[in-house]
Amino acid sequence: MTPLATFNLALRALQRNKMRSTLTMLGIVIGVGAVVAMVGIGNGAKSQVEAQIATLGQNVILIFPGSFATSGVQSGSGGAGTLKLEDAKAIEEEVPDVLAVSPGTRISSQLGYGNQNWATSVSGESPEYFEIRQWEIVAGAGFTEQDVRSAAKVAVIGATVERQLFGEEDAVGQIMRVRNVPFQVIGILKAKGTSVMGSDQDDVVIVPYTTVMKRLSGTTNLRMISVQCASEDRTAAVVQNITDLMRQRHRLGPDRENDFMVRSQQEIAEMATATSRVLRLLLGAIASVSLIVGGIGIMNIMLVSVTERTREIGIRIALGAHGADILSQFLIEAVTLSSLGGVLGILIGLGTSTLLSRFAGWPTLTSVDAIVVAFLFSAAVGVFFGLYPAKKAAALDPIDALRYE
Amino acid sequence: MAPVIQLDHVWKTYRTADVELHAVRDVSLRIERGEFVAIMGSSGSGKSTMMNILGCLDRPSQGHYFLDGQDVSTLDRDGLADIRNQKIGFVFQGFNLLTRTSAAENVELTMMYARQSLGTKEMRRRALEALEMVGLSQRADHHPNQLSGGQQQRVAIARALVNKPALLLADEPTGNLDTKTSVEIMEVFQTLNDQGITIVMVTHEHDISQYNKRCLVMRDGIVRSDAPVEGRLMASEQRKALASGGVL
Repeated sequence: MTPLATFNLALRALQRNKMRSTLTMLGIVIGVGAVVAMVGIGNGAKSQVEAQIATLGQNVILIFPGSFATSGVQSGSGGAGTLKLEDAKAIEEEVPDVLAVSPGTRISSQLGYGNQNWATSVSGESPEYFEIRQWEIVAGAGFTEQDVRSAAKVAVIGATVERQLFGEEDAVGQIMRVRNVPFQVIGILKAKGTSVMGSDQDDVVIVPYTTVMKRLSGTTNLRMISVQCASEDRTAAVVQNITDLMRQRHRLGPDRENDFMVRSQQEIAEMATATSRVLRLLLGAIASVSLIVGGIGIMNIMLVSVTERTREIGIRIALGAHGADILSQFLIEAVTLSSLGGVLGILIGLGTSTLLSRFAGWPTLTSVDAIVVAFLFSAAVGVFFGLYPAKKAAALDPIDALRYE
Repeated sequence: MAPVIQLDHVWKTYRTADVELHAVRDVSLRIERGEFVAIMGSSGSGKSTMMNILGCLDRPSQGHYFLDGQDVSTLDRDGLADIRNQKIGFVFQGFNLLTRTSAAENVELTMMYARQSLGTKEMRRRALEALEMVGLSQRADHHPNQLSGGQQQRVAIARALVNKPALLLADEPTGNLDTKTSVEIMEVFQTLNDQGITIVMVTHEHDISQYNKRCLVMRDGIVRSDAPVEGRLMASEQRKALASGGVL
């Protein structure tokens, strides 16, 4: 019998029991639909996190102050005040493959402009900070080395601050108050959106670090040092060199823990994606279980079908069907069921993720790979769970089968 | 020319836990081309086993079976399937047509399992030709549930004939039919036999065996008698007698 004739035969057998075929397919439809939707949601979340991590900048290494102990009392992390301006300078001068360094300090402050006011954080950084974080200035300009040397009262503001404080007004050139010190707005940053941690990155005012130290806070402790590394594959070496340098500078003996933390962008990315990966694995596992349940449904129905059609099988064998003919007839029926269910499931999965992104605002990203894999997997489910019933049919004895009532 | 059927000392033995049952004992038999043979016997006489062996649905335990000159007693499952497809046409008591499948498609079924496949059009042409032979070309698109018992049996005969087999094997072909229809079916068989087709049928009805040319009677697995039918009935005459209000 030709494969096409066998396929026709299988389709007609399925059409004869429309209700049963549909219900049997449903298991696979739900399974594949779930897989496709889950992968869409998972990929969407992953690409969103990746986009957020890209807003950190390029090949960025961040150094934070750690905890330190005085007479057995440990400060919390970041509470140490162990990071000094001199550390930043030493990193810039002594560690190879470092392109740029920005010593970061920060205060919280109420901003004022006219009768508007807004509470936010004011960060002190070097002019290289905008380069390190790949942060474009859309209006006006950034500050310069000269501004740093003179601790100039100039500020670059984020999109949120601009909106809250100036509204429709042109902010560049205006004077705003920071802790009642007048600052001139000289530039506006391009909006970056939410950070990996979920905070608004655009709710920020950036001024020269010297200005914060001398005019606002009075401390030279750093909250963070941002470092740009020459290339991604040098990152690990640079992290190691910075760690060695810092331990040496802080005079930490071999038995002492670091009083600072060094994090590369990759590490931050890995931490951020780890949770979403676990989530995706979990969802994938649930979806696979439903596919297997669907497969068992197919097997069950195929077994019923073989029993019901024992006489038909007997007739076919008596008329000259080989075992292989009967086997392929029932196998193709099972595979048709499962792959048809797979196609429907893919459509439903795509529909679900489209609806979720449109109405719930979830970022979804459907990949062709996932669709192809889902389809092949559903077909494989048909083969796997259809094989046993088909073998049973092919092994029937024609004499008994013809006598079967 | 080789006989259509030649059995040489054929045995069929069923073994259960501790009992050996000889369903067929040492039967030797020749059936020539163009014969029309009835195999009779009560239930348990071995005639069904005989039928299964002749139909290549089962293999003899001992002895040899030559069908159309070929020794089929040693063939495997698929080999027997090919022999059934090419050399034997089956007609069953319960018609055994596929439901929800048209008469023509039922006839095509035999050709679909032929090892050299024909085109769709050629299969349909041959199916219609076979239905024409049994007088059912007008009903080619009817499903079995739209046909009477006699018509269904004619479709089954057409299906049996379509691959031009060496042997037409009928198992109680009139068992499910009333007298009038039985006569009609026997007329179909007699007509086909007149055209040279070899027919072997199993029946337990003495009346039906009277339409055949030769009658074997089996009992306890052996052939008790083997004789030409005397005073053979002609179905066409019987049918006319019935039509004019007579009783058989």
